[in-house]
Amino acid sequence: MLLTVDALRVIYPIKRGWPVPGTHRLTAVDGVGFSVDTGEALGIVGESGCGKSTVARAILRLVEPSAGKVVFAGVDIARLPLRRMRHLRPKLQMIFQDPAASLSPRMRIGAALAEAIRVHDIAKGNAINDLVRNALDEVGLPPNSVDRYPHEFSGGQKQRIGIARALVLSPDLIIADEPVSALDVSVQAQILNLMARLKAERGIAFVFISHDLGVVRHFCERTSVMYLGQVIESGATRAIFDAPAHPYTRLLRSVSPVPDPERTAAPLVFEGEPPSPLDPPGGCRFHPRCPFVTGVCRTTMPDLRPVAARQVACHHAESLPANEDAP
Amino acid sequence: MSVLDVDNLRTTLNLNGRACHVLRDVSFRVAEGETLAIVGESGCGKSMLAMSIMGLLPSVARITQGHVVLDGHALEKEPERAMEKIRGARIGMVFQEPMTALNPVFTVGAQISEPLRDHLGLSRRDAREAAIELMEKVRIPSAASRYTSYPHEFSGGMRQRVVIALAIACGPRLLIADEPTTALDVTVQRQLLDLLDHLQDEGRMGMLLITHNLAIVAGHADRVVVMYGGDVVESATVRDLFRNPAHPYARALLASLPRVDRDLSELASIPGRVPPLAGLPDGCRFKDRCPHAMDICEQMPPPTEMPGEAGHNVRCWLHVEGGEHAADG
Repeated sequence: MLLTVDALRVIYPIKRGWPVPGTHRLTAVDGVGFSVDTGEALGIVGESGCGKSTVARAILRLVEPSAGKVVFAGVDIARLPLRRMRHLRPKLQMIFQDPAASLSPRMRIGAALAEAIRVHDIAKGNAINDLVRNALDEVGLPPNSVDRYPHEFSGGQKQRIGIARALVLSPDLIIADEPVSALDVSVQAQILNLMARLKAERGIAFVFISHDLGVVRHFCERTSVMYLGQVIESGATRAIFDAPAHPYTRLLRSVSPVPDPERTAAPLVFEGEPPSPLDPPGGCRFHPRCPFVTGVCRTTMPDLRPVAARQVACHHAESLPANEDAP
Repeated sequence: MSVLDVDNLRTTLNLNGRACHVLRDVSFRVAEGETLAIVGESGCGKSMLAMSIMGLLPSVARITQGHVVLDGHALEKEPERAMEKIRGARIGMVFQEPMTALNPVFTVGAQISEPLRDHLGLSRRDAREAAIELMEKVRIPSAASRYTSYPHEFSGGMRQRVVIALAIACGPRLLIADEPTTALDVTVQRQLLDLLDHLQDEGRMGMLLITHNLAIVAGHADRVVVMYGGDVVESATVRDLFRNPAHPYARALLASLPRVDRDLSELASIPGRVPPLAGLPDGCRFKDRCPHAMDICEQMPPPTEMPGEAGHNVRCWLHVEGGEHAADG
């Protein structure tokens, strides 16, 4: 396995209260584990506040994990001194939803890409320019892009620049946090096709964070579904989306719109919104919204366990009624 | 009978002395109780269209041709004073970001009662009762006790419910929902769309659902208008559009959608990008990205027809009688 995350926990101290704010602990990620192999894409899906972006940031040590392991290429990087972490960073890259935010508006694209190469001492002299040109060519940008500034590019082109900047460092793993969410569908398709090619041809592994189940189905071989800081279902993407086992995955799947007017959506039986991660419910975290709730769900937190060729964290995973929406 | 009739509408933007038509000969109808979706990517003119209908165009833009007819009454020449009366009373509006429609320093109750008092002339007490009823109608839990809450005390989804309550307060004939759920999670999105469907059914309102999301259109609209570069390129019933898209842009758009319910080998993508406002081409506006572009597409815009009730209309030279050849594949 290229990347193995085990029992990862991230706690944010936050100030809340009035008139005298007290410090509270917000457990954004609570015991999350998964693994990703070379050339494979793992999707992490969930609604806002479920902790999916925090997982990405914790893997890269952009936030400090409070507990757990992040083993990348055989090294536990969760507690590695940041100085030594630097040597691994080229292999472990990230692309963001808003690539413009990670590009200096006053730096030409060529210089921005060359800087990344120089900082990590990947190449010297003319070899730097070759690397930059190759990367731009690979993401489908014209060679004269090197002399242009970020504002001269459209949203889709900026995302190509973001990908090129990761590529110049020859990464083994790219963590992509909602990389196509801000793009129009026709451009979204261009970027997804580009990333699929990099995955197939270069064997780059992806951790792909998204709220869009359709995009995840298209790009990711395996998927983990998160709810309030925990993984509640994990396995092969197709199996999970065609026959979701956890009641929350069923909910997500049933409300994800399908572009087909012939398929009438099942009536919505769920009400309410996710509770605050600041004060998660006891027992199973989904129990206040779950239509299949019983006594044990209110008192005991279910473990992630193997059910029907995947991992599910639900006490009643085997005994739930069949999916209405099954194909 | 149609609630809204947009006829040959042209909106022109004055960019440093250069006139550019950001809406070009746009026509469609919304019938009573019908949801018409306007879909298109950023820059296609869908928000400009909403602004044109509501009379909220920025000062550099104005309607230079055509009519916007609400219930048989032309709006485009109405003075601003009259439009103020119409907006909020006969046209309800829901936007993407609820906080832009709500005032952070007034309670939600006060904000929902305001149009009831201004437009319907209710007394303070009656308006309060009616506002609580509206809050219940949009399924805000414990409405009476939340009457005195401020917008920041609500979640994003609940705020959007408040905005919907405001929009329907005076029993409008037309509801314009511009990306009403784009910033929200899918579970909340579904609840709100179901709510809009229900309210519309009940009030026999016409609804104009403006969105970039074709999957939402499939589940929540009756008819659909596809826009590109300020043109209506195709209009049809939802079923017709998804089954037989005719315009090359509509076809490409549908083929580029990833699907949660099935595996696709590769997504179709449209090469190039949407033309900028200042550089909108004179002929067909999709010609630079179109795999079927012909000489005539360069020279003049394809003709438009007035869409019928259930008609399927395409604005493309490929589909004109006597055009060079018909589209295939």
